[in-house]
Amino acid sequence: MQLDDLYQEIILDHYKRPKGRGLREPFDAEAHHVNPTCGDEVTLRVLLKGDKVEDISYQGMGCSISQASASVLYELLMGATIEDTLRRHEAFAALMGGRGQVEPDEALLEDAVAFAGVAKYPARVKCALLPWMAYKDAVSRAGFVEEKA
Amino acid sequence: MSALDVESVRKDFPILDRQVNGKPLVYLDSGNTSQKPRQVIDAVREHYELHNANVARSVHTLGTESTEAFEGAREKIAAFVGAPSAAEIVFTKNSTEAINLVAHSFAGTADDPRFRLGPGDEIVITEMEHHSNIVPWQLLAQRTGATLRWLGITDEGRLDLSRIDELINERTKLVSVVHYSNILGTINPVDVIVAKAHAAGALVLLDGSQSVPHLPVDVAALGADFVAFTGHKMVGPTGIGALWGRFEVLDAMPPFLGGGSMIETVAMTGSTFMPPPARFEAGTPPIAEAVGLGAAVDYLTAVGMPAIAAYEKSITAYALDALASVPDVRIIGPKDNVDRGATISFTVDGVHPHDVGQILDDEGVQVRVGHHCARPTCVRFGVPATTRASFYLYTTTEEIDALIRGVERVRKVFA
Repeated sequence: MQLDDLYQEIILDHYKRPKGRGLREPFDAEAHHVNPTCGDEVTLRVLLKGDKVEDISYQGMGCSISQASASVLYELLMGATIEDTLRRHEAFAALMGGRGQVEPDEALLEDAVAFAGVAKYPARVKCALLPWMAYKDAVSRAGFVEEKA
Repeated sequence: MSALDVESVRKDFPILDRQVNGKPLVYLDSGNTSQKPRQVIDAVREHYELHNANVARSVHTLGTESTEAFEGAREKIAAFVGAPSAAEIVFTKNSTEAINLVAHSFAGTADDPRFRLGPGDEIVITEMEHHSNIVPWQLLAQRTGATLRWLGITDEGRLDLSRIDELINERTKLVSVVHYSNILGTINPVDVIVAKAHAAGALVLLDGSQSVPHLPVDVAALGADFVAFTGHKMVGPTGIGALWGRFEVLDAMPPFLGGGSMIETVAMTGSTFMPPPARFEAGTPPIAEAVGLGAAVDYLTAVGMPAIAAYEKSITAYALDALASVPDVRIIGPKDNVDRGATISFTVDGVHPHDVGQILDDEGVQVRVGHHCARPTCVRFGVPATTRASFYLYTTTEEIDALIRGVERVRKVFA
């Protein structure tokens, strides 16, 4: 059934038992993103060390999709190289923008493939993307400049 | 008054036959926009098929027919809200535009002292307003240096009138209040507010967006100076609304939008303006939409506004009881069926309204979720958003049962 595609167990689990939630010190940069149509909010901090993501901490309020997405992002990106997190960011954004037509790369996205069903609900895509947009913003505020190949 | 026969009413609304996500449509979002009966759809189509021409500027037959239909609609709408004259009905795009029109009449330099506004003057609204009855006044206060003040809301979802004597005073130039809250369903004691405002020498605007569609409204009896309302919430088309204003007050109001139809004569050195309502209707108006709204008020009058109000009261009682029986559900707004309309906001513990709305949609149940353009009210009740079910003359108790089943499913998914 369609609705089960949206509310995957993984998403509900992350919503009810979020990983890494809460704002922590120290941090290099913080981004606060809001979805004005529905009022979902997320504040996300990053701490970078060399080419690695040392910590991601966040606080937010909103629907299960936006809050679970922040928790999945935390699990997926913590400790990875910054370049790697941006590759995953790109893959996630492509999945969300794919209207359900993009085959997710499970090796790259892990638990985040559970959001594939969200792409079929255009009204909810922005919810899933909210913490990811905040992450990219925070990394760029922290002074990281992506090297273009 | 003959009772409303909901099954026969439903036959007039073609959309109610459709399915959503494999389930029969359960449309519980009439506070957002209402569905349209065949009579209204036909009136709009017939206008375009047979009478279409621009209004108020043609000598030809079609132009005359179109003008008669347009002005005929104005007369029907005036009669529907108890206006003494059709000249007191200004067509606008919607309530928002009607409120903005009044807001733009106030200025530091206005000829009529009632519209002259500056530092030291006050505008009074309430915390219960739709954003359309907050933001235009914030902008006006910024333009003129006037101060915006507001009445609060009690825990029960009623207006807190305890400070009314302090808030409405000799500095007050305008009081703008919602008649029937779009988020809480509260019907406000506007008679008390109108009396206070007039005693203080202030003008009064009522936001009738939700009251005019659902209650018998008589603007003359309400005693305010302006009432704003919109067609699409009262089984009419989108793109057409109205500002009712007492003629003497409208006549003192300067024009807002300039252009064709609102002028007497135009010279390169200056222009003179038409009397109301034409003064406020620059440019080609929404003609077919106005004709559609005329058909809408004919429809509502034929069913009978007292019958509609009585029917909605009975299904609201049914829905309040049913929702009270569901664990984890908290109603935001009056829980007793007194001075409240057929709009019920609620929260489900531990579940965000967007998730409630998504699961209800899967059951074919269409509700609105979010802050309902009344964010200050949400903040007052400490919730980021609510789920809102709003009923109308075509809503059945079976549909309310479907809502309750949907809420039970929400609780199961998020258990």
